[in-house]
Amino acid sequence: MVRVLGILAGILMVFVSLWSFGHGVYAFISSPPQKSVEKRFHEEPRPLALASDGLFGKYDREQLQRGFQVYKEVCSSCHSLKLVAFRNLQDLGYSEAEVKAIATNWQVEVPDVDPKTGDPKGRKALPSDHFPSPFQNEVAARAANNNALPPDLSLITKAREGGPAYVYSLITGYRPVPANLPAENRPGPTLHYNPWFANLNIAMPPPLKSDGQVSYADGTKPTIDQMAKDIAAFLAWTAEPRLENRHADGEVTLLFLLIATILAYMAYQNVWHGGASRAVRRTGVLDPENMAKRDAASAGGLDG
Amino acid sequence: MSFPWAEEYRPKHPLMRWLDERLPLPRLVHGAVGGGYPVPRNLNYFWNFGVLAGLALTIQIVTGIVLAMHYTPSGDMAFNSVEHIMRDVNQGWLLRYAHANGASFFFIVTYVHIFRGMYYGSYKAPRELVWMLGLVILLLMMATAFMGYVLPWGQMSFWGAKVITGLFSAIPLVGESVQKWLLGGYAPDEATLNRFFSLHYLLPFVIAGVVILHIWALHIPGSSNPTGVEVKTAEDTVPFHPYYTAKDGFGAGIFLILLAFVTFFLPNYLGHADNYIPANPLSTPAEIVPEWYFWPFYAILRSFTSDFLLPAKLWGVLAMFGAILLLFFLPWLDPSPVRSGSYRPTFRWFFWILVGDVLVLGYCGGSPPEEPFVMISQLATMYYFAHFLIVLPILSWVEKTEPLPRSISESVLHGEHAEAAPAHLGGISPAAAE
Repeated sequence: MVRVLGILAGILMVFVSLWSFGHGVYAFISSPPQKSVEKRFHEEPRPLALASDGLFGKYDREQLQRGFQVYKEVCSSCHSLKLVAFRNLQDLGYSEAEVKAIATNWQVEVPDVDPKTGDPKGRKALPSDHFPSPFQNEVAARAANNNALPPDLSLITKAREGGPAYVYSLITGYRPVPANLPAENRPGPTLHYNPWFANLNIAMPPPLKSDGQVSYADGTKPTIDQMAKDIAAFLAWTAEPRLENRHADGEVTLLFLLIATILAYMAYQNVWHGGASRAVRRTGVLDPENMAKRDAASAGGLDG
Repeated sequence: MSFPWAEEYRPKHPLMRWLDERLPLPRLVHGAVGGGYPVPRNLNYFWNFGVLAGLALTIQIVTGIVLAMHYTPSGDMAFNSVEHIMRDVNQGWLLRYAHANGASFFFIVTYVHIFRGMYYGSYKAPRELVWMLGLVILLLMMATAFMGYVLPWGQMSFWGAKVITGLFSAIPLVGESVQKWLLGGYAPDEATLNRFFSLHYLLPFVIAGVVILHIWALHIPGSSNPTGVEVKTAEDTVPFHPYYTAKDGFGAGIFLILLAFVTFFLPNYLGHADNYIPANPLSTPAEIVPEWYFWPFYAILRSFTSDFLLPAKLWGVLAMFGAILLLFFLPWLDPSPVRSGSYRPTFRWFFWILVGDVLVLGYCGGSPPEEPFVMISQLATMYYFAHFLIVLPILSWVEKTEPLPRSISESVLHGEHAEAAPAHLGGISPAAAE
């Protein structure tokens, strides 16, 4: 009975899925799907190799410091970094005093209240503060940016397909508008053509305009490409500050598990086939002596 | 439980004897997973996956309880509290990555466990209830995983919650009210987050309870085995401990190596980038996709694109839930007296087609809802239902099966690769085997 009902239900489901399939095939043939303009012009992220890649990857601290400098001098005028605190900069190799100086001299004050009157009031940042946002709130941010909202950058390399390579490609990805781009996809007056951005037109103006826009203290030549790589590396760190702990712990854990698993395999083989654990298997059916006895008995039985 | 030759629990130490007379907990363990549980001696590595699923559940509960100590289920703070775990809590990144990837590995081992049951006919009498309780666990796992994915309150959390609860709105008449009731509002919000957190904490313990029933029901007839021939004598079995505890220890090692590798070195590989963007009700992601373990069902949901008597959306919802619910009837849809696929040459073909079919569905479910993926998933959906509802019932009538070994020990003696003994060496026909 279940089977008959099952077959009937099955025929119904097959019919309904074929019904949808038929409609799909008809639509596919009568009006073949067009690849959207965005898809046709969109580019995959350009490859970017960072010191933090791979199983043994570690951050290049000099590069992170350079990237932080680019953030401080270029990005931070529009983009917040809410999840990162000044104290975290010690991971980049800055000393406690340097971090304190960076916090005190930060261009934006931290919102606070006057301890006497309770009125809103700004104060100098402390190492324990998170990076203050350049705008008071979303409305202020949009008002200052032609109604576009500059995203927070703390997690940007994890929140975009391609990660740091995407950031690197995007900020070096401003191109002249291609001649064959349809009119409705051309950037408006406040937008900029960038084929690495999902809808091709990005509100952010090119942030890195010329070589030497920042001057690196460590003597690295500040080309646009170098600055883009450095900021991508810095933002990889802001998104995953525990990467080095993760890699180091992972190496130790895998080594331990590998040894433990080899021992477990040897124990398994020993229990099933070994000689050393005879005590365990003396009564077991897989004991070679017991098996030999049984084989002899069953061979005799079959013959008879 | 199970067989009369099961080794009895005889405590040697006076303290254990004292305990045994008052609270025979060690006796229970001895009979459940110790030397007192005789298990077929011919189990292959696919029989490791039940224990591995139990291990995965344990990892999820342990990591989850600690995560809950640092997590805040509130619309304003959920996302940042997860980042607080990632950045400021000692080893918090490890807990969260282990929990997120542990969920994926829980599904991997559970799916292998289910397909093993399908291939070897483990769902057949007298183990129907073992199979059905297993499906209850799967449904609970799916609900738990779905609600857990909402908690970080990223873009995919929010929109996933909206889409999945939106499925209930396809129910005629009461659908809209049901959706509102589930969410505690018109859209996912504070109320949704709080109830999902509460249920996400509760359900794993319900799962643990059903796991106990699943194992209890299993221990009545005892474990199935690759030949599908029931245990006949003591020679067919070995005690669970030390034989299978040793083998499971090795299996657990391999499982942990793979889980650790992904957790430590590819922690975001199985996730979606959009979930690192805080939930924003005003901005719809370009594509809303669930976690990979839901992709086959998501593909079934989306493959109904044309109305036929009922709205297409309702067909999709019915088919998606039906795809799991029909498995409850599997023991009766496939009444072939031969359990194991090893002796069912035609079934074997269809089984592997089904495996490929589910993989194709998974691939299409993770792809954007464009052609050709929709058409492919429509055909794959058709086969999925045809396999269980048409192919298996008919197959059990028409298939000519291969001779079964007389017993488990005999199949072992003839070597693992020639389990079916030829007729002149004692192989017997399936009818006689039952």
